Amino acid sequence: MKKGYFGDFGGQFIPELLMPPLIELEQAMETILPSEEFQTRFAHMLEENVGRPSTITHCPNLSKDLGLDLWLKREDLNHSGAHKINNCLGQGLLAKMMGKEVLLAETGAGMHGVATTVAAAMLDMKAVIYMGATDIVRQAPNVNRMRLMGAEIVSVESGTKTLKDAINEALRRWIADQENTHYCFGTAAGPHPFPTLVRGFQQVISKEARRQFMDRNDGSLPDVVVACVGGGSNAIGMFHHFIPDESVRIVGVEAAGTGEPGCCDSAPLDHGTNGVLHGMVTKLLQTDEGQILPSHSVAPGLDYPGVGPEHAHLQATGRVKYTTINDGQALNAFKALSRREGIIPALESSHAVAYAIENKAELQGRSVLVCLSGRGDKDLGILDQIL
Amino acid sequence: MNPMQIKIEEARKQGKVGLIPFLPAGFPSREQFWKELEELDAAGAGVIEIGMPFSDPVADGPVVEKASLKCLADGINLAWIFDGLKERKGRFNAALLLMGYLNPVYQYGLDKFGADCEAAGVSGLIIADMPFEESGFVKDAIEPHGVSLVPLVGLNTTRERMALYAENAQGFCYFVSVLGTTGQRESLPAKIKEKLAEAKEVFDIPIALGFGIKHPDQLKQFEGLMDAAVFGSALITHIENGNTSDSFMEPWK
Repeated sequence: MKKGYFGDFGGQFIPELLMPPLIELEQAMETILPSEEFQTRFAHMLEENVGRPSTITHCPNLSKDLGLDLWLKREDLNHSGAHKINNCLGQGLLAKMMGKEVLLAETGAGMHGVATTVAAAMLDMKAVIYMGATDIVRQAPNVNRMRLMGAEIVSVESGTKTLKDAINEALRRWIADQENTHYCFGTAAGPHPFPTLVRGFQQVISKEARRQFMDRNDGSLPDVVVACVGGGSNAIGMFHHFIPDESVRIVGVEAAGTGEPGCCDSAPLDHGTNGVLHGMVTKLLQTDEGQILPSHSVAPGLDYPGVGPEHAHLQATGRVKYTTINDGQALNAFKALSRREGIIPALESSHAVAYAIENKAELQGRSVLVCLSGRGDKDLGILDQIL
Repeated sequence: MNPMQIKIEEARKQGKVGLIPFLPAGFPSREQFWKELEELDAAGAGVIEIGMPFSDPVADGPVVEKASLKCLADGINLAWIFDGLKERKGRFNAALLLMGYLNPVYQYGLDKFGADCEAAGVSGLIIADMPFEESGFVKDAIEPHGVSLVPLVGLNTTRERMALYAENAQGFCYFVSVLGTTGQRESLPAKIKEKLAEAKEVFDIPIALGFGIKHPDQLKQFEGLMDAAVFGSALITHIENGNTSDSFMEPWK
């Protein structure tokens, strides 16, 4: 397989001016990442600062309601409230050991921005966070958290003013400020080596979840593993160690937007075509002429017209099934999990929970392990307006 | 020899710097664009760089991005560009180059793209988001049609990477003057001279300096180190302010 590719997907489609920092990063992955110093410090940070391992939680009430056996992998219990911190501490530590002083990041829902800011504070680095102007309004609590922890927030006013445009602007900043700055890419997407690097830091989710589920179920594997897919980092982390388990059905859930005919959605795997954006060949929401379409989801973290290349490959090979959940179904799941189990999920994660609810007839009697990628505190402003 | 190189060599023989203006296709309007092209051609452009608008132009600064998005909103696409160029084939003295991002070209179909370039008299292509490692399949599709892939290098490109680009490069080498996006700069980095000298040693085709260029006075310090200059944002701003391409070109003649 060609370097940096997952089957036909992946690659390094970026301006030449970004090749030197990508090559530098790739070299750091080969030298610093395997070093005892990095591995020891990273393991210590995951345990002491993130709170790993995160637990798995059985949901007795919803399981009874739905007629299935529902389990959650609790990434929402991580410090800063989502899976994003696994990746940010990993990349932050790597960047620090590379001699970088600034962590640059894009963010949609704000969780990656918060996690990057946490990593920067812990590692005595500066955080510069690019965020679409629309998302700054939608996710005000996270913006406040980032500011409190010392991040410089750059409001992106171009295009759709969401995650896609934040990535464009962050890439532009990285071209200009590459010497002392590491671009802490937030998802398992973008140019090589980011998809591999981010998956490497997120695979801890399935490594723990697989063992924990088997410990709690007499050595049995779950029947179904589910995660929401925006760029795809919590999903690739949740799927990675289950991929060789042929008995496990793996499902990725994309956002179908409002679900109305003609509405924008955020489901490139289900509704997109092959194309090139943000450094990778992947599935994209685009016109026939290759212009990128605006995306929409009630969950800002899923609001992206592309997806990590490994997901496009896992779909092409048939190993993972990808499907969609719309805004209304996600909100129902949000309410159900909050009221029946006392767990307020992120709107992103609610899409994955909704899969179990919407497919309860087919899943009767099965064990379903869902990645609860983040907590919903950040979404209370959105929910006040629509619930 | 590629027509782009011929034009730059012609300027050099006259003791001049080759002029490479950039305009997004369809700017400032569908009709006016072709008139601007004719003016640029008549005013001595050696190569005219035509931008293929893209929704997410990460290598471009705000001036080019805004102009490109306006063109997209006006319905400009590759078919419109090729139709217009085919209609005017043979009328331009300058060599023609298309510049853009990979996805629209990829969706158009690389073989069809190459054939249409040939039919429209286009002899060069720049893909801003395609480094050497990924360029093979594009080169293979367009070179049989006489279209050369113009390499982009910059201040952070090592000699080794320049050599990779130089091995089969045709037309000219586009040297990016700043670590940044397109757009006018008041001053250019001091490191340019040293890197231009390196590029001169590695490439056996002309070197064009681009990004941040707004006036010929900026180039005096690089005499002997570069053969052509690319200017886009300054030209776009000049036209947006109600001026003509001809008056922009005046100080460069």
